[in-house]
Parts: sequence; C-alpha cells; structure tokens
Amino acid sequence: MSVLQEINPNVRNLKHLEYVVLARRANQIKEELQQVLAACLDPTLVNSDKLPADARQRAQRLLGGCVGGSVGSYTATAGISEIVHRISEFITRRDGGVPSHPENIYISPGSQWALTNILKILVNSKSSSQTAVLTPLPSHSTTSLSITSLGAVAIPYNLSEEQGWALQMEELHRALEFAKGLYNPVALYVINPGNPSGHVQSRKSMQDVIRFVSEKRLFLLADEVYQDFVYGEHEFLSYKRVLAEMGPPLADTVELASFHSVSKGFMGEGGLRGGYVELVNVDPAVMKYIFKKFSMDACAPVLGQLALDLMLNPPQPGDPSYPLYNVETRNIKTAVANNVKRACEVVNSLPGFCCQPVQGGAFAFPRLYLPPKAIQKAKEMGMQPDTFYCLRLLEENGVFASPGCEYGQKEGTHHIRFCILTPEDTMEELLGRLTSFHTQFMKDFS
Amino acid sequence: MSQQAVNGVQSRGKVLTLDNMNPNVKQVYYAVRGPIVQRAVQIEKELKEGVKKPFTEVIKANIGDAHAMGQKPVTFLRQVLALCSYPELLEDTKFPEDAKKRARRILEACGGHSIGAYSASQGIECIRQDVARYIEKRDGGISSDPDNIFLSTGASDAIVTMLKLLVCGEGRDRTGVMISIPQYPLYSAALADLGAVQINYYLDEDKCWGLDVTELKRSLNAARQHCNPRVLCIINPGNPTGQVQSRQCIEDVIRFAKEEHLFLMADEVYQDNVYAEGCEFHSFKKVLFEMGPEYSNTVEMASFHSTSKCYMGECGFRGGYMEIINMDPEVKAQLIKLVSVRLCPPVPGQALLDLVVNPPQPDEPSYATFMKERTAVLAALAEKAKITEQIFNTVPGITCNPVQGAMYTFPRITLPQKAIDKAKAEGQAPDMLYCMRLLEEEGICLVPGSGFGQREGTFHFRMTILPPTEKLKIVLQKISAFHLRFTQEFS
Repeated sequence: MSVLQEINPNVRNLKHLEYVVLARRANQIKEELQQVLAACLDPTLVNSDKLPADARQRAQRLLGGCVGGSVGSYTATAGISEIVHRISEFITRRDGGVPSHPENIYISPGSQWALTNILKILVNSKSSSQTAVLTPLPSHSTTSLSITSLGAVAIPYNLSEEQGWALQMEELHRALEFAKGLYNPVALYVINPGNPSGHVQSRKSMQDVIRFVSEKRLFLLADEVYQDFVYGEHEFLSYKRVLAEMGPPLADTVELASFHSVSKGFMGEGGLRGGYVELVNVDPAVMKYIFKKFSMDACAPVLGQLALDLMLNPPQPGDPSYPLYNVETRNIKTAVANNVKRACEVVNSLPGFCCQPVQGGAFAFPRLYLPPKAIQKAKEMGMQPDTFYCLRLLEENGVFASPGCEYGQKEGTHHIRFCILTPEDTMEELLGRLTSFHTQFMKDFS
Repeated sequence: MSQQAVNGVQSRGKVLTLDNMNPNVKQVYYAVRGPIVQRAVQIEKELKEGVKKPFTEVIKANIGDAHAMGQKPVTFLRQVLALCSYPELLEDTKFPEDAKKRARRILEACGGHSIGAYSASQGIECIRQDVARYIEKRDGGISSDPDNIFLSTGASDAIVTMLKLLVCGEGRDRTGVMISIPQYPLYSAALADLGAVQINYYLDEDKCWGLDVTELKRSLNAARQHCNPRVLCIINPGNPTGQVQSRQCIEDVIRFAKEEHLFLMADEVYQDNVYAEGCEFHSFKKVLFEMGPEYSNTVEMASFHSTSKCYMGECGFRGGYMEIINMDPEVKAQLIKLVSVRLCPPVPGQALLDLVVNPPQPDEPSYATFMKERTAVLAALAEKAKITEQIFNTVPGITCNPVQGAMYTFPRITLPQKAIDKAKAEGQAPDMLYCMRLLEEEGICLVPGSGFGQREGTFHFRMTILPPTEKLKIVLQKISAFHLRFTQEFS
C-alpha cells in the first residue's frame, strides 16, 4: 500500500490502474484470454457459436488437462503438467535453444509467492547470524517486506542513477562486505528490467553478476517479470540464457531462480495470480524440500495457470489470429516506446526535474530537485518531501505518482514513480498535468 | 545440467545444501500430497504407457477434490464467472438475469471492470461487505464488520498468515499451538515450517472423535513446561474425522480459550457439510457472542471459510476468507501489511466467494436449479457418508465412526503384528505400508493415518467419500477385500 494511501483516505479506494489501462488496449490478446477462460468456466460455451472456433478449441484442450475436466479441481503441485511443459518450451524458445526442464518449474499464485517460497528455503533461522539477501536500491518494497517477514534482512546495494540506474560491481562488493560483517548473506536479488529504475542490464553486466555470485557463493534470484517491456535498441536477455552461454563451469554450478508472471507484460492479468519460478542447478536433495514447500500451498489458481499458458503461447505465424495479434502487439510496443520518449522529453525539459533513460519496465522514475522551501514545508507537515510533492500532485491535478521514499533513494535525493504503460493520449494528459503542476509547484516554493 | 563441475571447481559443493537450507522446511510433511500420492502419479503414468496392472485407473481418494471425482460444478456459479471473464456474454440471452446482475456488480467493483486487475490486498471491498452480511445472516444477526474480513487464496493462505502473526519467541518462550490429533496436516506442516511448537490434544475415537476439555487441559499443562502456548486450533466439522462438535463442546472450548488466554483459530471450511441426524453446524462466532459480552468482548479469534468444499467443491479457484474477532488494532495493522506481500487473492476466487455468500434468492430465476443442484450434492454426500460407515463396519478389523460431516472417513484398522514388524523393519509407518499395498494391488490411493496423527499403537487411513456412489461402493468393497487379504497374509 502506498504511503499516500495511508495519508489520504480517498486514495485508499484507488484501484491499481497502472496495468489495467494497458490491458484495455490489448484488445485481441485480452479478448482471446477472456473467451478461452469463459469457455473453460462454462463448458457449455465450448459448443456454442458465440465464441470463435480457435478460442473454443483452446478451451477444450486446456480442460482436457484439468482433472475431471473442471477448472475447479486442484492441480498437481507444480501446475497442470501440460502447461508446465509448455512453459519449459517457451523458456527454451525465448533463450535461443537453451534447454529447460519441466521438473525445475513451479507455477505459483503470482511471482512474489514463488519468490517467498524460495526465500523461505534460503532463510536459515538456526544459523548463528541472521540471513541476509542483497536487494537493489531503489526497489519495490514487496520483496524487502517478504524478506523481513521471514526473519531475514534486506541489505541494499545502490544502483547508480548517473549511469541510468546501472548495477555497479564495486557497489555489490561493498554491500556484500558490509553484510558479511554482521549477517549471513545467502542470496542476491536482481530485478531486470528494473522496477522502479527502468534499467535493462547489458549482457556484460549480467555476466559480471554471475561471476560475482559464483565467486562469493550466493544464490541468484532473478526477477524478470517485466521482460516483455524493453525499449529502443535494448534487448532482454534472461539470466538463464546468459548463464548457459557462459559455458561450464559457471553454467553448471551457479544456482539460480528466475521468476515471471502474467501480471505484467501484454496481459497485465494481475488479478488472476499466475506466475512461475524456474530453478537452475539447485541441489536435487533441496529440490525435494522445495516441492514439499510448494505442496503446502496445494496449487496455483487454475485460471492463473491457464492465463500463463496463453501468455507464453501467443498466436504464431500461420495461426488465424496471428495477423491481428501481431499488429496489436506492435502497436502496443510503439505506443509505449512513444510514451517513454515523451515522458523523458517532457520531464527533462522542466527545471528541477530529470529523468534517466527508461530502457525497460513499466515506470519512469525521474529525480526531483526540490527547492529548500518545499523541503521545509514537507518537514513541517511531518512527511517526506517527495511524498508531499506527490500528495499535492494528486490533490491538485489528479495524477497518482508514488514518492521515491517508498523505494529507497540516496539521502537527500527525491524522486517520483509513474506508470508509462498507458494509452498515448492518457500519457499526454498525464504529462500535461504534471508539467503545469510542477511549474506551479516550483514557482510556489521558490 | 551436470552434477559435477569441471576445471577446478570440483571441490566446491552447492551454495544451497541440506545443511544450510532452512532446517524448519526439512521438518515439513504434508501427507495429503506426500509420497503415496507421488507413487500414485507414477502408477498413472505407467498405466498410460500401457503397463499391465490389476486395475485400469487409479482412484485418488486421498484429496478432498470433489470435481476431480466427477462432481459437477454448480451451473449458476460458473455462469456468473463466465460472464465476469468475458463481459461480451452479458449480451447473450442464454444467461439468466440474476447471473448477469451479479456479474455486472462484481465487474463494477473490479479495477477497470476486469477480473484480471489486481484488487486491494484485503480483497474487493464490496465482496467483503457481502461476506459480512452473509455471516450476519448465518449467525442470527450478530454483526460482522467488513474490515475484519480478509479474503485469501484458499483458507490455507489465511491460516498460515495467522500462524505467522502468532508465532514468536525463543526457547521455552516459543509459541505453542494446540492442534487436534488427528488433524489436517496443513497445520502440522505450517507449524514445522514456522518453527512453532506443536501441542497435541487428542480427540476421543470412542466418543465419535469428540473433544473433551479435560484433554485440552492435560495437553496444555504438559506443554507449559517447554513452550508458551498461545493458540488453539479447531477444525469443525473435522478433518479427517468428520465429527461435528456439539454446541456445548464449542462453549467449553471458548471458555477454555478465555481462561487460558489462547487465540482461537476456528477452521470451518466444511460448515455446509453436515449429514448426521442430530448434528448441526454452530459457528464459533455465533456461540461466542451468545455467551455474552464477557466472552464476546475479550476472546480473540479467527474463523476460516473456503470455496473449495461444501457444495461448491471449487478447489482450483483458491477462494477463501477469514474473519478476525477482537484483534488488537496494532496487530491488525501488521496483518494488513503482511497480506500485502501476496499482492492480492485471486480475483476469480473472490468473485466465486461473492456468489457463495450471495446465492440466488427464492424470487430469482436461477433459484430452482441452484437449490436442486446444491441439495443433490449435499444429499449424495450424506448418502455416501452412511454407506461408507455401514460397509466398513461389516469388515472384521475395520471400525468406522459415523461420518457426521466434512468429506472423509477415518476408519481404524487393526493390523497384524507381522505387518507392523515388517513396516518397522523397513522404516515405514505400518499404515503407510498398508496403503502402499492397497495402491499397488487395487489402484486406490488413500492417505495413511500417520499423516494426520493418531494415538500411539493405533492405525487408520483417510479416504474421501467423493467418488460417485456406485464407484464408491466398489471402492469400499475392494478395500474390504484387500483388508481381509492383508490380514490373512500377515497372520
């Protein structure tokens, strides 16, 4: 829950609009998912001509994988076996042929759930010092909250704003040394593309991270839920792929968990709760306990599993729905790329406002250079300066942005985060309002 | 993915090993999805590959999954969910108006009018309001605050969340949690996982698995020597035992909880599954409030419900909720923070729950069909409960308490000493040996009583009463025949 929601009761009822607006754009993709799920829910629709044939066929096939032909049955712990297989096929395709084994994949109610389960395995409460996990700063709070709720500690490594929020190896080393002094560091958590940073790691950076975790004997947790959103000439490379392409011994030894989800991407179906983790090079004896841990949860919600399957197996060239799907995804990518360009342009044109290039992900995270009077006013009101800014922005111009203090930032710096996955006209509207608010705000507190 | 590394990295072991992983997780054992089920899945694969066996299918009577056993979903529920999933269908005349009305209302409450959008972590507000109203109606008007309702990913999620909140302390001060023996192994697994102290109180098999306060007292006093007991968990109707606690018993438990300053966790997911004559479901909350303000203002409690059982059997949706009573507001704030880590419960499950608490009313078009389907499911379960008890009690060596409620039978089996010795020699629980044999010989998958807890020296198995009646009869006969053979073989 955003700090704003605690302060402003009206905000409490604000729904998470960020991903929904994009979903409204993805008409064909969304419609197909809706149709397939409807037919799975009410199988009488499978024989009805109200739905297109391919949606009905898909539903029929999916129902065939459900016990008793019902989406109301439990599934196997790791998920419906045919879907798990198709996930492994997706991963192999995505990673240019690097093999993926179904027994290393668990479908879960969203990626955070799987992450919490893996963290659970990693956190050793019986060891002499508290377990620590290195996490990026800035970072979305859910992961650090998971870590602390398990009795471990999140040790931040600072991303370098001046280098477009890149991960710096010296900073990783520093953070680890610091952690070693006081705690028992067991894992490194990275999120690529970044949230809120928008940074997309280069292959070299990823290789450095892999070498680092290998040398320092850390488990690598790679959160890759924003992998569908990469802009400009940037390319998403999965940690699994980079690892595999580094060859032995690293490829055979570095222990990795990578996470993905239907909540982001073109689907944006966060409410269905579908995600997965793929485990690489994990000790088979430990895998048995990972299974046990997941089995306590019974299984992921079936509709979430189905949505995952649809997301990872979009129409292929030759399929009747491919042309429309292709056009729509291109349009979305173009629109979002345009949003990114416009957001950076506009923000960078305003005094006291500066945005690093948004290479990927769902957000822009520009820096605010607030006048001392504004900082003073915020202090008097008992809130962080960027919270004060965001609250005013919401109240006066109806734009919901979250303050940088929620994500962590270097002392004395301030930021805001807003979503760039909106229809283009909404982005223009947002930027217009932001501009007029910001200009006025800077004037008021000059 | 080679096990051994090359080029000088050979001497290094894994980063994450059995030795340095979370030791608590190593203690986790969830029998319902445990080794016998894994073997059953393997056998199914073998059958598919054409391996010849004495049976053509594996009957998975191990898990409380009604649809998997052929129970049909309730039409109305699925209609509304289909409408929510693909709102274009709201134009389709084949769907009744009451279904459309509910779908529209649910969609209205969802972000962007889509069940695909995240909801608030505590659950969609209007659904929580509907749940509160349902509880009020069920409990004869006792008020329920929607803000004390937390929707969850199945009841299990809420149960684990509550336990997380409750478990703390070190050494002798470590939280102790009282659970019934036998119990649904989510509890023992969660306690192991959290490193909490499990405190066993035994249900009385001779009194139809009744609960006696003297046993609660005994168990608590013993536990006080080595931990800090703070929680009492009770499943009513019971799993695996099926007993439906009397009102008096529930009052006794509440009184005990108050006297001993325990947080009460009332797992009521089987509240509609009551079959036996003279048995009635009494919600803990209702009884609590009817005991007057001395209790209703002080006893801290959480009650749990789910869309997986009752007449719906919609396990795959992972829908559920808990209602918290008298929770310290500061703790509640922490609870709100804790549930945010999950982001939100699956929205289709929330929508389904909304329909369960908001079913068709007598004046609505879907009412007749809905009631017919609901009644048929519950009546079939009641019949199967009776048949099961009858048939098992005809077998020498099997004693079966009446299945008063829930979905399972937990008969006691007498095992020959030779079988017990063989099992022990193989490092296996005797009832696991029994169940494995049954699986291999008849393709019937049950869960051994050792997975749920039982008095030392006794053996049981848990079987669901979910297969269709005719199939169930065959299963019962096969198990009976197996039991006689097994007894013969080891005599």
